[in-house]
Amino acid sequence: MALRRFDLDAGGSSFAFKPETEEKIAFWRGKYPADKQRSAVIPLLWLAQKDNNGWLSEPAMREVADRLEMPYIRVYEVATFYTMFRLQPVGKFHVQLCGTTPCQLRGAEDLKEVCTKEIGKPMHVTDDQRLSWEEVECLGACVNAPMVQINDDYFEDLTPETLSGILSRLRNGADAKSGPQVARVNSAPEGGTSVLTDPALYDGSKSRLAELPNLPGAAAPPPAPPPAPKVEPEAPKPPPADDLKRINGIGPKFEQMLLDMGVRTFAQIAGWSQETVVSIEAKFGFKDRIDREKWVAQARMLAEGRIDEHDLIFGRGKD
Amino acid sequence: MLQDKDRIFTNLYGAHSPELEAAKKRGAWHLTKEMLDLGPDWLCDQIKASGLRGRGGAGFPTGLKWTFMPKEVRDRPHYLVVNADESEPGTCKDREIMRHDPHLLIEGCMVASRAMRAHKCYVYIRGEYIAERHALEKAVKEAYEARLIGQNNLNGWDFDLYVHHGAGAYICGEETALLESLEGKKGQPRLKPPFPANAGLYGCPTTVNNVESIAVVPTILRRGAQWFSAFGRPNNSGTKLFCISGHVNKPCNVEEEMSITFRELIETHCGGIRGGWENLKAVIPGGSSVPMVPAEQIMDAYMDFDTLRDLKSGLGTAAVIVMDKQTDLIKAIARLAYFYKHESCGQCTPCREGTGWMWRVLERMVKGEATHDEIDTLLDVTKQVEGHTICALGDAAAWPIQGLIRHFRHEIEDRINRYRLPRAMVQGAVIAAE
Repeated sequence: MALRRFDLDAGGSSFAFKPETEEKIAFWRGKYPADKQRSAVIPLLWLAQKDNNGWLSEPAMREVADRLEMPYIRVYEVATFYTMFRLQPVGKFHVQLCGTTPCQLRGAEDLKEVCTKEIGKPMHVTDDQRLSWEEVECLGACVNAPMVQINDDYFEDLTPETLSGILSRLRNGADAKSGPQVARVNSAPEGGTSVLTDPALYDGSKSRLAELPNLPGAAAPPPAPPPAPKVEPEAPKPPPADDLKRINGIGPKFEQMLLDMGVRTFAQIAGWSQETVVSIEAKFGFKDRIDREKWVAQARMLAEGRIDEHDLIFGRGKD
Repeated sequence: MLQDKDRIFTNLYGAHSPELEAAKKRGAWHLTKEMLDLGPDWLCDQIKASGLRGRGGAGFPTGLKWTFMPKEVRDRPHYLVVNADESEPGTCKDREIMRHDPHLLIEGCMVASRAMRAHKCYVYIRGEYIAERHALEKAVKEAYEARLIGQNNLNGWDFDLYVHHGAGAYICGEETALLESLEGKKGQPRLKPPFPANAGLYGCPTTVNNVESIAVVPTILRRGAQWFSAFGRPNNSGTKLFCISGHVNKPCNVEEEMSITFRELIETHCGGIRGGWENLKAVIPGGSSVPMVPAEQIMDAYMDFDTLRDLKSGLGTAAVIVMDKQTDLIKAIARLAYFYKHESCGQCTPCREGTGWMWRVLERMVKGEATHDEIDTLLDVTKQVEGHTICALGDAAAWPIQGLIRHFRHEIEDRINRYRLPRAMVQGAVIAAE
């Protein structure tokens, strides 16, 4: 548990919401049933903190309690329980530095040193009232670690140098760009992503489905095929086999022998070298026949789709 | 690797507009009325058939959870509450949904509400996500203006959606603590039973679901339960957002098929481990609450609920925290122990006292300033915290420490030996403080 106490001295004795906040208060109160207005306590305390220079004084808590007709102690309980309610004054820019393990692994401790050097101890407000810092628990931007939240904005993928630069800009009244501080888009990998590149996702084709699948009354969908156990990625499928018998000189017997040897397409035969021809002839048990019947030239012609020409010169083969 | 055409979150990185028109072009709000007209039974059956398991960490079947709601609405209204209090260290997936694909979430809320006969839905978003809250509020406003939601809307099911926010308490991610917080109280978990399905928000029947579980629902219904269940191994179906942080070359969020191997996940999307695969030491595969798995066991493991459970860990929220050989594991776990000490709500004694005790012992072990038998004492205390608290935070605090001792006890012992070596020792004496 975090032990948290009020700063009664710094809070003064009164607090009033800014007039422009009233609209927001009504917006939040409108979300909850009329008899459950207590639900609005966290949003209202948050608005009060905004109107009170970023921290919550005891009079501000009482103001919220009065509005929601809650006992003061119930509001004190909430304000001390939730760590985003700051119970002592903070700088104009309050740095919340995430120190939990995912950020720690990527260098949050170096960032802490930067803050200590440039601002001071945690919760110390600089003399110009502009900066203060504290270490907080996981802020939920772990793939952009290490990161800090300054007031409402996340500053991600920091290094000591970039954080130091941001702090000095804020101290001098300049703006600092929030978000990742390296070359990446939000939570995509640095240097660009290889996914979500298919244009069909964004051209409207995703919203042209005519009707839902699995409508009641329709035949019951076949049970999902049991997902195949995951295996190593398959070897690329071989191209479909050609009808090798189209080559004049190759009959069903030779075709089968060629298939057994893994020769399935005209293109393969077209690429035979003289050595291959010799070795295949040796396997088939004849000599010079492949050359004589011009298998390679026939195959080249068939592979290139010059089928009529082939048939004219060599005949249709034994199909 | 999952193909682009099968991705649900097509604007994960915010490269496109999150606004209504663009979201519709990407497929959101398409055939929603038809889905709603089919009624709760069909909706629940489809989600059950898809094998969707809750994406918030526990992995409970979503469709089954919905059927726990009463079959008729009596005097108390039904509520859907969406848990967007994403605070588990390592997890940052719901954030991307809310700021870049909010309409998928809003549509999912409406469909899920129909399935549980609810007309009202609250989205509880963590306080720190201010930009995300504004993005979601903007999308809700668009949906109201287009009369997609609200009273007498075009989809034919009266439905109101409200965005609520917290203020920085991890424990409010626990469903009953979240309900307490939504009711304007301290976020202290409730005793169960009664379960929220009987007495939840304002004492009414309530179901609490994670953002991702809800946001995938409309797409599953549009593409069919079989499509979804074809991904992953049996009982671990679907696609999942993985958040990979820590010592990889390019940390990122990515949607992938369940049961992808760890190696493929890292190689395809994260540019490998920092310093190469030999440099991998341990991985926390599912957010800070699950025990770590040493390198040799995780390298070729499937990233799914059952495989990781068998490795004595868990998929949790699929927040993969990678640690290389330069990592001081004891320090990393000590930091997590501090996190749990900080976030314990203080309600149950074993957790309130135990988390602080465990953290203090671990801090000494980081320096080596401990004795060997303290390791066993520490393990014993984790066992006594585990299971003896109202909610699972006690378990979550105990498990990372148990994982450390299970796999890397020798490192703690080495560190103790190194610390003691140069110091004069008297048998039985307490080690002198520096």
